[in-house]
Amino acid sequence: MKEYILNLLEKNKRIDNRKLDEFRKIEIQKDFIQRAEGSARVKFGSTDVIVGVKLEISEPFPDTPDSGILRTDAEFTPIASEDFFPGPPNENAIELARIVDRGIRESETIDLEKLCLEKGEKVWGVCIDIRIINHDGNLIDASALAALIALTTTKIPKIKDDEIIREEYSGKLPLKHKPITISIGKIGGKFIIDPCLQEENLLDSILTVSVREDGKICAMQKRKNSLKVEEINKIIDLAVNKSKELRKLI
Amino acid sequence: MTEKEKIREIVLPGEIIGNTKTEKSGHGTFIRDQNIISKFLGIPKKNKDYISVIPLSGVYTPKRHDKIIGIVISVEKSGWIVNTNSPWKGFLSLSEGVRDFIDIRKVSLKRFFDVGDIIYTEIVDVRNGDIQLSMKSPSSRKLEDGVLVKITPSKVPRVIGKEGSMINSIKEKTKTIIRVGQNGVIWLTGQDIEKAIDAIKMIDEKSHIFGLTDKINIFLSDLNDENR
Amino acid sequence: MMKTDEKLIINGKRLDGRKPMDIREIEMKVGVIPNANGSAYVRFGKTTAFAAVYGPRELIPKHLQEPDKAILRCYYNMAPFSVSDRKRPGPDRRAVEISKVTKLAIEPALFLEEFPETTIDVYIDIIQADGSTRVTGINAASLALADAGIPMRDLIVALSGGKIDDTLIIDLCGKEDNYSEADIPIAFLPNTKEITLLQMDGRITPQEVKDTIRNILKAGEQVYKKQKEALKNRYK
Repeated sequence: MKEYILNLLEKNKRIDNRKLDEFRKIEIQKDFIQRAEGSARVKFGSTDVIVGVKLEISEPFPDTPDSGILRTDAEFTPIASEDFFPGPPNENAIELARIVDRGIRESETIDLEKLCLEKGEKVWGVCIDIRIINHDGNLIDASALAALIALTTTKIPKIKDDEIIREEYSGKLPLKHKPITISIGKIGGKFIIDPCLQEENLLDSILTVSVREDGKICAMQKRKNSLKVEEINKIIDLAVNKSKELRKLI
Repeated sequence: MTEKEKIREIVLPGEIIGNTKTEKSGHGTFIRDQNIISKFLGIPKKNKDYISVIPLSGVYTPKRHDKIIGIVISVEKSGWIVNTNSPWKGFLSLSEGVRDFIDIRKVSLKRFFDVGDIIYTEIVDVRNGDIQLSMKSPSSRKLEDGVLVKITPSKVPRVIGKEGSMINSIKEKTKTIIRVGQNGVIWLTGQDIEKAIDAIKMIDEKSHIFGLTDKINIFLSDLNDENR
Repeated sequence: MMKTDEKLIINGKRLDGRKPMDIREIEMKVGVIPNANGSAYVRFGKTTAFAAVYGPRELIPKHLQEPDKAILRCYYNMAPFSVSDRKRPGPDRRAVEISKVTKLAIEPALFLEEFPETTIDVYIDIIQADGSTRVTGINAASLALADAGIPMRDLIVALSGGKIDDTLIIDLCGKEDNYSEADIPIAFLPNTKEITLLQMDGRITPQEVKDTIRNILKAGEQVYKKQKEALKNRYK
């Protein structure tokens, strides 16, 4: 199978009849979970991810007493793959959550300063939970897109007598920026985007890049083996270019 | 494929599909109070008095004399452990795997079959979780290069077709060599592998509709036109 | 069981406008998780569950194997965003108990003896909870098992019953569940009417328990019909 995939790539073809720089069919469903303050379900081909955003009243960090808090978690639920099992998140789930978190945090997606309820005492905590429904590769890009879209749908609940009134809202979650995260894989001398699982397993290397709407890069992560400087340069240009395609979907 | 595809009758687990007064309970069915009941989501089939159900999904259950395609997953002292695409591993013993006498103190078994090797092999015995394999039958052999695809094991007969009609037609029109394992693993090599895989996947997905053979033939002849 | 002054039934109608014996809107889809051997999506009102079946597959470690049959493992889990106040990821004691009763609800429907030494793994993921999550999960598991081609005696139909404002009801939503005088989740095999899940908490009379079981067996026919439609739609 490996040789078959590599032979196809040699001819600039892929096992699912895509071009090297072509995404799979992307499907987006907003407000999928009414009980969450924000949510989205995103499919890249048969990769299927649900992100829910919950808002909680939290204590601020001592060094940022008037800023809201962001936390991102991911669960590789065993429904999604024969290789996922019940138990605490493994290193892949934690890496995924941290990469998505970094893209959102470093791009300053959320205007955290507007989420202060009582300086030094109470702020909004924004909890992003990523749930994998079916794993067919490129979980990071799908999760990052789902997280961003979920944030755009997120509403802030009303508060009465220090208690959250769920499903009644005072406004939308204030957002400043919109980062797009793209992973570009290197395989047999070719660069591909949105690798499916069979391709992902054969990658020589992969670099994940988060790009803001103003063109600034806000997070990167090399995830396998090594890359040469000129390869990194090429990947960055390709990621910036391809991010425009995904940005249209938000 | 614009007109609505006609679907074969589908039965469900627990559904009564016959009566023991007039029929006999076949594969994929069980009896309760004289009723013959389906065990599966599947297609019912009547053969003489026997009423049976062909499941539309499910894993491969190894049967004696089945020819399967397996992948060697480890090399042991006295033989090879083989992935059979079923819930159970197969064992190919040294004596069933190699014709000549081998002195295992001198020769590594990896010389014959190594991890990752693909073999076309026969199941010679099944006892509970124990599956014994053999390479002694003439068609058994190691499959070099090529591509593997997996289909629903219960649909293997559809891919083969009546007396091999379906598979032969695919081979001929795509200029490929194809081996079909009863365990739902198919090995291909040759010219238009991609088109052959598409045809096989189409059979796997559409096995429950009427006129499948015609549909595949049209698909394959379109292909020939394209190549012209 | 909490108390509320709020009336849960006004002029014979429940909070969401249902009559006592009405089931919420049901949505069922089969084959929604391509990686799984079988899978389903089931929604009763807002309560939404995915179920996936992996197996029969090899069981490791070996000492867990049964020489003459497959073992069945069930895991019920809830998404952190499925409830009002975010739930910490991972199973708690409640989830472990529900996993166990789910396994017991499903097991009688399966021919496990056809797959010695293996495991059949059933995973249930609640992505939105508004009452009656365990029965929703069992309905999803029933569909996923049939979709996986696991040999079955019957499908498994599940529905909850209970009592609010002195009235017997079925298919409790979250608020009704919180303030009910009784909550009775039930699963059964629709052809033989064998009950495979029966739990109850609350305070009601023996007659009311018996009536609820009868109500559920009757209303369960609608759920059974939906399951059959969903399985047949898989191949349309």
